[in-house]
Amino acid sequence: MALEDLRHNFLTGRVEDLVKWARYSSMWPVTFGLACCAIEMMGAGGADFDLARFGMEVFRNSPRQADLMIVAGRVSNKMAPVLRQVYDQMMEPKWVISMGVCASTGGMFNNYAIVQGVDQIVPVDVYAPGCPPSPETLMHAILTLHETIRTGEITKRRAENNPIHLSETPKSPWVPETPTRVRLGTPR
Amino acid sequence: MSEAFDAEITELAGWSTKETSEGSQELFKRQETSKDELGREIGSVIQLPEGITLDPSQIDIDKPDDETMIINMGPQHPSTHGVLRLMFELDGEVILRTKTIIGYLHTGMEKQAEQLTYVQGSTNVTRMDYLSPLHSELTFSLAVEKLLDVEMPSRATWIRMLMGELNRISSHLMWLATNGMDLGSTTAMIYGFREREMILSFFEKTTGLRMNTNYIRPGGVAADLPDGWEDDVAVICDTILKRSFEFDDLMTGQPIFRERTEGVGGLTAEEALALGLTGPLLRSTGVPWDLRRSMPYLAYDEVEFDVVVGTYGDNFDRYSIRLNEIRESIRICRQILEKMPAGDYRVQDPKVTPPPRGRIDESMEALIHHFKIFTEGFKVPVGEVYSAIESPRGELGCYIASDGSSKPWRMHVRAPSFVNLNALPVLLRGGLLSDAVAIISSVDPVMGEVDR
Amino acid sequence: MTIASTPSLPGIGVSAVLFPAPSDYAACIAALKADAYEMCVDLCAVDYLGHPGRELPVGVAPERFEVVVNLLSLSKKDRVRVRVQVAELDPRVDSIYFAYPGVEAMEREAFVLVGILFDGHPDLSRILMPEEWEGHPLRKDFGLGRVPVQFKEAPGPR
Repeated sequence: MALEDLRHNFLTGRVEDLVKWARYSSMWPVTFGLACCAIEMMGAGGADFDLARFGMEVFRNSPRQADLMIVAGRVSNKMAPVLRQVYDQMMEPKWVISMGVCASTGGMFNNYAIVQGVDQIVPVDVYAPGCPPSPETLMHAILTLHETIRTGEITKRRAENNPIHLSETPKSPWVPETPTRVRLGTPR
Repeated sequence: MSEAFDAEITELAGWSTKETSEGSQELFKRQETSKDELGREIGSVIQLPEGITLDPSQIDIDKPDDETMIINMGPQHPSTHGVLRLMFELDGEVILRTKTIIGYLHTGMEKQAEQLTYVQGSTNVTRMDYLSPLHSELTFSLAVEKLLDVEMPSRATWIRMLMGELNRISSHLMWLATNGMDLGSTTAMIYGFREREMILSFFEKTTGLRMNTNYIRPGGVAADLPDGWEDDVAVICDTILKRSFEFDDLMTGQPIFRERTEGVGGLTAEEALALGLTGPLLRSTGVPWDLRRSMPYLAYDEVEFDVVVGTYGDNFDRYSIRLNEIRESIRICRQILEKMPAGDYRVQDPKVTPPPRGRIDESMEALIHHFKIFTEGFKVPVGEVYSAIESPRGELGCYIASDGSSKPWRMHVRAPSFVNLNALPVLLRGGLLSDAVAIISSVDPVMGEVDR
Repeated sequence: MTIASTPSLPGIGVSAVLFPAPSDYAACIAALKADAYEMCVDLCAVDYLGHPGRELPVGVAPERFEVVVNLLSLSKKDRVRVRVQVAELDPRVDSIYFAYPGVEAMEREAFVLVGILFDGHPDLSRILMPEEWEGHPLRKDFGLGRVPVQFKEAPGPR
């Protein structure tokens, strides 16, 4: 069959656009619901705030099959290595949405037990504030991520994708204060 | 894992596999476990008579150590209801021993509560049991009010009852959704969340937030019910009652569901009392203990409702108890609709409740009171109190020791899920691994209150 | 020793608050269990370092730590509270696992958060804190661990 007979049966576009369209249209999240935000994430997947229209209602249980990690909830110091391990098991390209204030900055729990922001452990693409963010906020975060992918470059790699060993000291000059001895009584 | 393999992985990957090990919190081989802990892991609850200790070779596990497998489930797992980690010793698919490892969501809330005033305390407590936040706030507020020795106006009491019962309905609907999902029914998940959205939008209308509402505070509730609440609540009650029978169509008569839940995870009343279990777990064994009926708080002695009790203590009993508790709560909500008194929605003591915003412009005293309450907080006399309510998961108690200042000296919350998880070694013993998922789901743990 | 001879105080919502000595604690719990208090509802530990002054009955010497046990009787619909004083330098207390197996997790929590050792507990290991954690967070001389943020510096000495 000659090319003239094919007429209107072609779609043309740049490879980049097609790859980006495929990536953001069927992004599958890995189940990483920790606390209250997980309930709102499940609510976003439910019938009233359908996530299936973004291609995302399939929450893959294995990180090897997922490309988005929505960290929903407060990350405690005991959970931090687990979080890093699950992130490392995901295949490139991968994105992270930090959902809720506890995941973004530690939230109202500024104490010994909670990691003050999940971006100390994994690189985050979109932060969704709220305590808990309502499903509409989560969808806005997801759509922001889709925009980022749609207007970004497909071959750009993050420098931080090489796994860091957890015993490395942080680069910022201040060290979080964890005092073990506190003097009681007001100073005169 | 052997040392050499470990070192090889560390070199190749750049991170160590030892990072997530829990040391002494793991399940060890039988020879390395102490005898008492071995007994606990195989689910023995009733204590042996004096002088007989449990010898690893005499336990009724006839497979030797090297023919069984120690396996880990969680903390990141689709069906552990949050970050719960379980280690099993398996013989094929049969579970021999269980150990629960918790702490992955430990937030230091009890330490945080010592830094927050009593006015701010309910924002902290509400995030413990995040499926029934109003119950957590209620138990904290009742404890503080007992220490303060103030009496609530009756409208505040009835508003608290209404919100508590609506929260019970939404928590049980969430349980039906996730339980159905764990057993394979995705439709149940969609049904449960659909009904729950109705209640959550009523919460948003009344309290401002869908979850973690900070509505029930020491001194009353934060704001009065909005206009038109009677119609909203009536619509909620009618719709959910009608749709609760859809769950019956979907699950109760269905043969696969019956086979997976009947006879699975059986519990006896003596075991339940010895382990300190409360809530649907205790009621499923036949003990009719419900704090709303036996030691009534708020105004539960003025409404009529039945306490739903099971017979066999298995998963199916717990499912039907929770489904029927939804219907009983709807019954209570309808009675509250009729009987809601008029009056104040918070106690009128100026030292405890902030004045209405309009008065701040007019009166200097109101401004000072507002300022003092929101910066320093109100002072509570020295003492200690334990106050408990019936949350959807069991007895939720709050123990507060105060030192006369505006912050609690020690606040401890008795979380029902923390104690209900003690039942897991007993329930899982001898079952299959796929039953483990169903049993964990029917215990209904909420890890926020387990780890606090 | 009987329940009637233990020093006690009235409490809010409970029929009595008992204050046995540490050596009588296990016997007191066993007597209460025999007296139809079937369920142990809660066990927690409190650190009273720096407390202005709490009410104790005559003959009970205040120590730094206290273990508080709440018991519930389903048949009598009644609650009772037991408070034991635990010394700071040797914080050991008998475990009541023999009477109420459900306190196993609660005693581990009291151990890891406040640092009280329970004799007779089957497996007193950490339950809430990660493995390498040093210190007992709920003690009063352990700081909150707050990092300084934009509008709130880290707390100075109290």
